[in-house]
Amino acid sequence: MPLANTATSVPVVVDEVKCIADKGCTVCVDVCPLDVLRISDLTGKAYMKYDECWYCMPCEADCPTGAVTVNIPYLLK
Amino acid sequence: MDEIRSGISEVQCDVLVIGGGTAGPMAAIRARKKNPKANVILLEKANVKRSGAISMGMDGLNNTVIPGYATPEQYTKEITIANDGIVDQAAVYKYAQNCYDIIQELDRFGIRFQKNQNGDYDVKKVHHIGTYVLPMPNGETVKKALYRQLKRERVLISNRFMATRLLTGKDGRVAGAICVNTRSAEFLVIRAKAVILCMGAAGRLGLPTSGYLYGTYENAANSGDGYAMAYHAGAGLANLECYQINPLIKDYNGPACAYVAGPFGGYTANNEGRRFIECDYWSGQMMQEFYNELQSGKGPVFLKLNHLAPETVTEIERVLHIVERPTRGRFHSNRGTDYKDEMIEMHISEIGFCSGHSASGVYVDENARTTVAGLYAAGDMASVPHNYMLGAFTNGAFAGEDAVDFVKEVDYADIDAEAIIKEQERVLAPTQRADGIPPNQVEYKARRLVNDYLQPPKVTRKMQLAQRRFEEVRDDMNNAMVARDSHELMRALEVQSILDCADMAAAASLYRTESRWGLYHNRVEYPGRDNDNWFCHTILTKGPDGKPAHAKKPIAPYIIEIEEHERDAYYKQRIVASEAAE
Repeated sequence: MPLANTATSVPVVVDEVKCIADKGCTVCVDVCPLDVLRISDLTGKAYMKYDECWYCMPCEADCPTGAVTVNIPYLLK
Repeated sequence: MDEIRSGISEVQCDVLVIGGGTAGPMAAIRARKKNPKANVILLEKANVKRSGAISMGMDGLNNTVIPGYATPEQYTKEITIANDGIVDQAAVYKYAQNCYDIIQELDRFGIRFQKNQNGDYDVKKVHHIGTYVLPMPNGETVKKALYRQLKRERVLISNRFMATRLLTGKDGRVAGAICVNTRSAEFLVIRAKAVILCMGAAGRLGLPTSGYLYGTYENAANSGDGYAMAYHAGAGLANLECYQINPLIKDYNGPACAYVAGPFGGYTANNEGRRFIECDYWSGQMMQEFYNELQSGKGPVFLKLNHLAPETVTEIERVLHIVERPTRGRFHSNRGTDYKDEMIEMHISEIGFCSGHSASGVYVDENARTTVAGLYAAGDMASVPHNYMLGAFTNGAFAGEDAVDFVKEVDYADIDAEAIIKEQERVLAPTQRADGIPPNQVEYKARRLVNDYLQPPKVTRKMQLAQRRFEEVRDDMNNAMVARDSHELMRALEVQSILDCADMAAAASLYRTESRWGLYHNRVEYPGRDNDNWFCHTILTKGPDGKPAHAKKPIAPYIIEIEEHERDAYYKQRIVASEAAE
């Protein structure tokens, strides 16, 4: 069976103005227990690639510039 | 990142610790402290800095045995009664005798515990009988403190490697583990003289009622990989039918939390705002009363704090919203719910395996040894009942110290080159397909079936149907699951652990034909305990046909006697109507 691209709204939001991933920072990507964050090849900024979030917050707590916000996933909000 | 590369490398060490959450770091630290020459590797699927159940910290120690408040004898008795008598007391007693030293060690690491005006530990009563709960209002520092110690002891840390199977030698002794990188799918074979499994609960077994796969009570990375690996290596697993089910905030995966709010005067109430249980300490017996109330006209169940002074509620919130589950405040502000104004709706969690809160785990003795030579287990996945975070630290310490002695006497067990090739093929199979079923769909289906058929009250026919449906899902998983990158491959491997755990949950629950541990093993057709036939452990192993096999294991003679009149204390939780009406 072929695969579809189903849209999903992701809970982790990155403020691209504050994010310094393009300067080499990978803190949020490093600390995530579920390994769901990546640095975009396009923008050089961090983003949530996989909607597999435990909304636990290390990404937000450890971000050196306060660029990351963890929201409650929509299904349980 | 995430593209699949080929390749395999091999390293060796004396002691391999798998899992960098709570028990694992302590095992590695203690192994290195006892023998600084030992080569110790700490392997972690995520990153040791923020992995495991205590990723963001912990709000308290739920089971301390602190001189002046409790004795090891009292604690051993309480846990024996709370776990319905099915306890090998040696492990619980040894924990109780040593956990105070561990608290002091953690204190030296810089982890802060609540102290009273005299500078003594400020222990609170939450359990049915004794006083064991030590709050940690600044518990968000735990992981950082542990990480500092790991660096200080120069433990070799390997992040983003997922162990997939244990290797065993011809004599059955542990020989190491096969691991795969979660970002490149490259293999790593680690030969080790001893392996310590600290891989957490099987927390992604049931599906949260929200339907969100990762909204689990346990850290969603804890997919039961340790249970599955121990099973396939031939280890015995104890009392898996004693599920973990917890009282949580409805839709949010945080505990209510009796241990934090209880000492301030908060409690669990029915829709009339009345208490219906005497004691909020988590036990199967308490969960049965919780379930009964939910199903009755007096449900749902609530956390009641709105009778407390606003300053008290603010104090509770300060702990609940900062430590352990810090998104809790956001959850409530989204909904416009405030502990000060109204009672907060609660519900019961999805099912899982976790001895940290109940008793379902890989069987271990008082030295954290499993039934496989050289293989240890500690923390939520090992069978010491109700052991919580302090149990993970303490039993992790026992494991590290025993393993580092064990490796002095032995050489590396032989490894089977063919087993490694076969395991590589098994692991990579989902990457070899052009299309098929993605891991998230296989997982959703397996876990939806767990909810449909395995949640207590347990019914024989339903569990048999579950087994049939799990077979179908397994067939899809083995022949049609597809992973397009190394991240999806990690999920595909986790699904295999989840389905192994689901099979074990069904088989173990069918085997014990009595009810025990309240809701955890409430078998409708076999009400009540049958001590003549079932006052024993059940041990599940991988049978010769590759399916779960079962045996009974006698309870070791008690060290601390339990009087006849004490045995049922945890069954006397319900507040009778006349008292409640006062």
